[in-house]
Order: sequence, then structure tokens, then C-alpha cells
Amino acid sequence: MDRRDYPTLFLLILPAALVFLAFFIVPMVRLAFVGASGEDGLAAYVSVLTTPRHFESMVATILLSLGVTFAALAVSTVAGLFLVRNRFPGRETLISVLTLPLAFPGVVIGFLVILLAGRQGLVGDVTQALTGEKLVFAYSMAGLFVGYLYFSIPRVILTIMAAAEKLDPALEEAARSLGAPAWRVVRDVILPALKPGLIASGAICFATSMGAFGTAFTLATRIDVLPMTIYTEFTLNANIAGAASLSITLGLVTWAALFIARSLSGSTVAASG
Amino acid sequence: MPRRGLFWAQLLFTLILCAFLIVPVVLSALAGLTENFFVGLESGLTLRWVWEVWGLYSQTIYLSLIIAFACLAVTLLLGVPTAYVLARKGGRVSRLIEETIVLPVAIPGLAIALALIITYGGFRDFRASWAFILVGHVLYTLPFMVRSVLAVLSSMNFRELEEGAASLGASFWQRFWTVILPNARPGILAGSLMVVTLSIGEFNLTWMLHTPVTKALPVGLADSYASMRLEVASAYTLIFFVMIIPLLLAMQALSRENRVIATKRAERAVLQERTAT
Amino acid sequence: MTSENTAVSLRACGKTFADGTRALEQLDLEVGGGETLVLLGPSGCGKTTLLRIVAGLEMPDAGGRVLFNDEDVSARPIEKRNVGMVFQSYALFPNMSVAENVAYGLRVRRAPKAEIAARVAEMLAMMRIEELAERRVDQLSGGQRQRVALARAIAVRPRVLLLDEPLTALDALLRDRLRVEIDSLLRSLGITAIYVTHDQAEAMALGDRIVVMSHGRIAQIGTPQEIYHRPANDFVADFIGTVNRLPARFFPEQANGSTELLVRPEDLDVVPAAEADFTGRVTSSLFLGNRTRLVLEGIGPEPLVVESALRGRFDVGTDVPIRVKREGLMTLPNTRPSPTEQRTL
Repeated sequence: MDRRDYPTLFLLILPAALVFLAFFIVPMVRLAFVGASGEDGLAAYVSVLTTPRHFESMVATILLSLGVTFAALAVSTVAGLFLVRNRFPGRETLISVLTLPLAFPGVVIGFLVILLAGRQGLVGDVTQALTGEKLVFAYSMAGLFVGYLYFSIPRVILTIMAAAEKLDPALEEAARSLGAPAWRVVRDVILPALKPGLIASGAICFATSMGAFGTAFTLATRIDVLPMTIYTEFTLNANIAGAASLSITLGLVTWAALFIARSLSGSTVAASG
Repeated sequence: MPRRGLFWAQLLFTLILCAFLIVPVVLSALAGLTENFFVGLESGLTLRWVWEVWGLYSQTIYLSLIIAFACLAVTLLLGVPTAYVLARKGGRVSRLIEETIVLPVAIPGLAIALALIITYGGFRDFRASWAFILVGHVLYTLPFMVRSVLAVLSSMNFRELEEGAASLGASFWQRFWTVILPNARPGILAGSLMVVTLSIGEFNLTWMLHTPVTKALPVGLADSYASMRLEVASAYTLIFFVMIIPLLLAMQALSRENRVIATKRAERAVLQERTAT
Repeated sequence: MTSENTAVSLRACGKTFADGTRALEQLDLEVGGGETLVLLGPSGCGKTTLLRIVAGLEMPDAGGRVLFNDEDVSARPIEKRNVGMVFQSYALFPNMSVAENVAYGLRVRRAPKAEIAARVAEMLAMMRIEELAERRVDQLSGGQRQRVALARAIAVRPRVLLLDEPLTALDALLRDRLRVEIDSLLRSLGITAIYVTHDQAEAMALGDRIVVMSHGRIAQIGTPQEIYHRPANDFVADFIGTVNRLPARFFPEQANGSTELLVRPEDLDVVPAAEADFTGRVTSSLFLGNRTRLVLEGIGPEPLVVESALRGRFDVGTDVPIRVKREGLMTLPNTRPSPTEQRTL
């Protein structure tokens, strides 16, 4: 009955294909052309390298995203492995808390960072009580880092826990039966098994940090990450071609990160983007 | 086995991480309910700020709900059939289609929004309606619906079920309605929850695509963070949490349930295999 | 392998899990040096728990002790016990090649490179899988995986080899072949081995002694012949092979006071009517190739299973004369008037 169904299958996927063509493919192609329509022409696409302001913003964004990615992977691996490998009362609650902020938008997370480390924030109050000096870091790169970390932890933990749950407990027991101490079990058996999950969630983490906009928007317009630069070019400078070319560049970088991750880990990545 | 030092160290670490995630949420809820956050809780609890937010921003909440459910309807209509076709066909073309559908998640919302404005900004009525925001939300949430349904379909042998139905004389549409859809239900449900949750909170696209007459909830939130006193912003955030946290909890419960079903299925398969040999 | 074989003793070992499940009642068990002891029983009988206690993967309840040659290893975790373990799922490390898997235990022990290479080559040769050395684990068949798992466990010259249902995941044909191989391997190594299985044929073929377990207790310990021909109780009689029950009145002198006699299907012969002890009516007849399996009614309260090597057809509904081999008649200790020790420890 396979081939006979082909026309029906085609009919089923047609609406989605048309919507995608009209509202995604065509606009993105258009965006790419607009990006090359400014004074610089195609050269706009290398402005990330040639314009110092754009270059700095690109470097800062990449460094920030890398930092967030590695921090999120590290803390999530520790907590995720712990939660999978131990059973104790309250465990479900901890898992629930750690994965709850999964779909909190960036703006809201920006606000939460302000409550935590802003001028009237908790960290400020505590440090003032302890040292007499008020620690406020919400409105800087550090605040952005904390915000992106907050954003990334739930999805990284979910991926790691899913991978760790699939791990055959006999693998660990086999390594131990051969005399491996705990740290070697982690290094030789557990981390290699988690590697695809770590690469996948790390890539998502990197890509979302590169493109995130809401958190920076809430914290301050002065933090120069690429999405903010694009936004400024578009709204304040009305440099539509510049904004377009930078957007395309940014999109290529995030897409490339996910693509490389997928070819490395051999699994489908963007599932929880 | 007795709990060793390592256990307690890891537990402490995990608790600190939990605190990092939950304390700001609690702070924001408290700030939205206190008379004066700067003074602290002793200034008294009040619903004053919540009412104020309601007066100022209730339109944004209605609009976000309308967009979210419209988005759900569209992603169901487009996404479920797409997932089925992808599960049926496999092969290179299918993978390419899947790749394309997932692109809007990989590419920053800012870029997509710019592309939409450049291409369709000239259509005044369309640009000024909430349908313009809806388009962005559909692009962004569709992959989640497709993936969720696809995952359920590929975890079961739906082809065999379908062939069984066909052997009993069911036509294509009868099979689709009576066999495929009911069996894909866990995936459809999980995808629906995800779509609604994401749509309510989506900021990147919404901010770029909104107009003064189509302010959705996240736009209102950003607006209040920039211009309102902390208590009002917190009360608004609290309302947002009240809307979104039940959805997130439902999602968690659903994924737990699906996991239990999946393990049971696997266990049964192993048992059958054993008794067979 | 090791100059002297390790004997294993369990003293007062029981296991209650955190949720209150009693997986293993308190018991003692001795495994002689070089002996292959098979733990046999249905799933949930405690055999795997017992094995994991020996391995050091589970700690026995308070008071339980595990001794290797009088040396108390109870407090040692598995990585310090120097045991070799083969898992039902093989548990091969997917991130390592076959050779790396086999080498792993030696690498952890920081053995010199040359020694590791030599030992790995020796192991692969012994299991006849030299050509697989550089293969990835996911490129191996079930039988090959099993061989790698064995090679890996033996490579470290363990004091005790522990095998947890190592053949269960294989298909029937391969299982039979590997059973023979494991048997000759264990004999040639002369290593102390504890082998867990739910398959009685495997237990019979491999065990010097078999421990039949049920509900966390030892139901009987003995050689395969003892277990088969002198079952200590109903559970063992029914779990190992097929058994028929006859009222004692048929053979009062053999019953020795018991109310019931047990007899295996192969000890019932179809004979000419004149020699028969009794006749039964055929209710089912299954031709199995080398023999025919008959179910007869009308003799005792329960139907009788008979296996006959006679050629010819046995039609349902016909009467068949049967003679019982006298030496095949068994009684259970617990149905005798004077109860003897039921749990042979």
C-alpha cells in the first residue's frame, strides 16, 4: 500500500511546506539579499571582522556563550548524575525544581537576575550585611552570564539525565569489578557514555546564548552582545542592511554550532532548542 | 550502603543549584505581593500591585492567550500530518525536511523577525494585526510539535498497526483517524503543552513583530521592567508564573508518565522475548 | 591460573533492601577452591542477590560476612576484591575496542604496556577472537560479545569468576555451543566460579554442585545427579525436569511410609500388557522426533507424563500399558513420617 499512499502523504505535508516557504524560506532569502544591499554591498557580510565595534561584539558574544556552555555543562553534569544515581526522599522535588524554568523567557530571567544581583537585589543585601559593601553585578556581562546560566541549566540537566538513565548500570559494575576506582569509572565509562548528550546540549546552550536577546534587553542596552548590536543597528541607526547582514552571520554561526555538534554526536540535536 | 561524604557533597551542590533557580522566583513572587519591597515584608502583604497590573496590562494577557491557542491550532494542523509523513517516509528527503523545519529554532529569533519585517512589513493590515506575531510563533513552535509526535511514532511500530487496520479493510483516512492519531496522543499532548508554554513566553520574535496595538504579554513584561516600579514588575511576573508554571508542571508529569509507559513496554518486550526462547 | 584456588564462604548472609523487600534470607554457603557452583532458581529467588554479595556489589545485612580463603573481604568494595564478573548484558564498554575492553582491568592495575599486550593477545587467542581485536563493540554479534566479556573478566586473573546469566541473551543454538565452551574453559582454568542461571539444563551441564533457590532460601544443594534423582522437596522436584506423582499404594514397599511417590517420565515404559503395572488412557500425544511424549489419565489423581522411545503411533483415547522402573521411584524427605533435615547447607 506504500506507493499508493504517496499522493495522500504529499497532500498531508503540503500545507506545512507552503507556510514554511512563504514565511520562512522566502523571508530569509530576502534578508540575505537585503544584507548585501547597503553601501558596502557583499562586504557587509565581513563587517563582523572589519568593523571594530562589530568584531568586539562578536568576540564578546562568543566568549560569553562558550563560558556559559562550559559552566552549564559542568554544574548540570554533577547535579544530573547525582540525581540519576541516587534515590532519596525529596529527589523528585529537586528534579522538578531544576527543570521547571525550562521555558522561562529571557526577559523574565533578566528580571530574576535583577532581583538576585541588582541594586535592590538579594546578593547586594547579603554582601552589604557581611562586608559592608554592596555587590551589584546584574547590569554587566556577569549579570548576563548568570542569566544565560539560569536559562541553560534546565535543558542541559534534562538531556544529561535522559542519557544517564539509559546507561546500563552493569557497565559501571563491570568497570568496578575490573578494579577501577570511582574517578576512573566516571572518566572511562560514564563520561564517554554521556558524550553525545553533552555535545548536543552544549551546542544548544551555545546557540541559544549567541542568539538570546531578552535577557540583555532587560538588563541593559549597554551590554554589547551581538543580538543587542543588531537591535541597535536596526532601531536606532536604521541601518537595515547592516542589521540584516549581522543577523545572517549570527544565524550561520548558531546553525553551524548545531550542525557540527550533530555530526560529532551522531544524534539529532535541536530537539529542545 | 551507608551514605558517604561524596553523597552529601553532591547533595549540597544540587541544593545550591536548586536555590539558584528557585530563590529568584520566590523573591519575585514576594516582591509582587509586598507593600514596599525596599522596606521588606514588614511593610505588609498586598494584592494592590496585582490589581494595578491587571488594570494596566490585562489586554496583553488576553492577547497572548489568543495567540497561544491560535498557534496551537495551526501547529496541530500543520505539525501532526508532517510528523506522520516524516515517520512514514524516512530517507534523505525526510531528513532534509526535518532539518528545515527545525531551522527556526537554530536561527536567532531576531534574524527571523527581521526577515519577516523586511518581507511582509509593507502589508499594512497584516503587519498591524496579531496574525503577524502568530506567524513568528508558528515558525518557532512547529518544530516542537513535529519532534514530539515524531518521537512517539518512531518509538512504536505504527506501520504494523496500520497494516493490521488495512488488513481489516480500513481506508487511509480511517487508519489515520482511528489508529495513528489515538496512538500518537501522548506526543500530541506533550507537543501541545510545549507549544502553548513557549508561545505565551516567547520574547525575541514577539518584541520585534509587535506594534503598539498588538502588545502581547512578554512585551508588556519588558515594558514594565523598563518603566514601572519593582513591585509592579514583580506582580506582573507573578501573574506570568501563575499562567506558565501549571503548564510546565503538567509537562513534567506527562514526561514522567510517558517514561513509565516506555519502561513498561520495554520490560514487556524483554519478557516476551525470554518466554519465547 | 592462580597457584592456589580461592574458596569462598558466606556466613550468615541475608539481604533486605531499603524498601523492606527481603531478597535473601540469612544463609551460609561454602564454595570449594576450583569448584563451579551454579545458583539455580526462578527469577526473584535471590540468586543474583547472592552473587552480587559475593561480588561486593551488595553489602549483606548486618552480621553477614564474605570470606575468600578465610580472609574476610566483607568490607571491601568490588574494585578491591579481585573478582571477574560476566554480566547478562555483557556490559562491554562501547567507547573502547575489543582489545581495549580486555585490557581495561590490567590498565587500571597499571600493569606494564608489554605485559598488557601479551596478556590481551593470550586472552583473545584463548577465546578464538584474535581477528576481532580492533573491532568496535557494536560491530560484534551476541556470541562474540559473550567471548569478549569472558576474556575481559579472566584477563585480570581473578580469584573468583562470577557469571550472571551469561547465556540468557543468546539464541538457543548459540547457547548450547557456548555452554560447552564455558564448561571446558572453567575446567581448564580450574578457577573457582559461581554461575547464576534460571536454565536447569545449563545448571546440570556446568555445575560441580547446584544450589537450587526459591524465595530467598536455599531449597537444596547437591551434585546435578543428587538434585535430579533425589530432590529434597516439591519445589526442587518440580523445578528440575518433569515429575509425575503416584499415590503410595501402588508401590508400598518403595514408598517407605511416604504418602506419595515421584517418578520421572523417562522411568515409565510402555510395555506389553502382561508386564504392565497399570494402564492409562492417552489424552495427548506429542511426537518429538527421538521420542513421543504421552499424557495418560486414569491412573492416579493427576495425569501422568510418559516419554517413550517406541516407534509407532499412540492415538488419543487408546489405553496404554505402563511399567515403572523401580530404581526410578523417588520419595521426598518431607513426606516421610520422620522428617529429616530439609535444608542441606
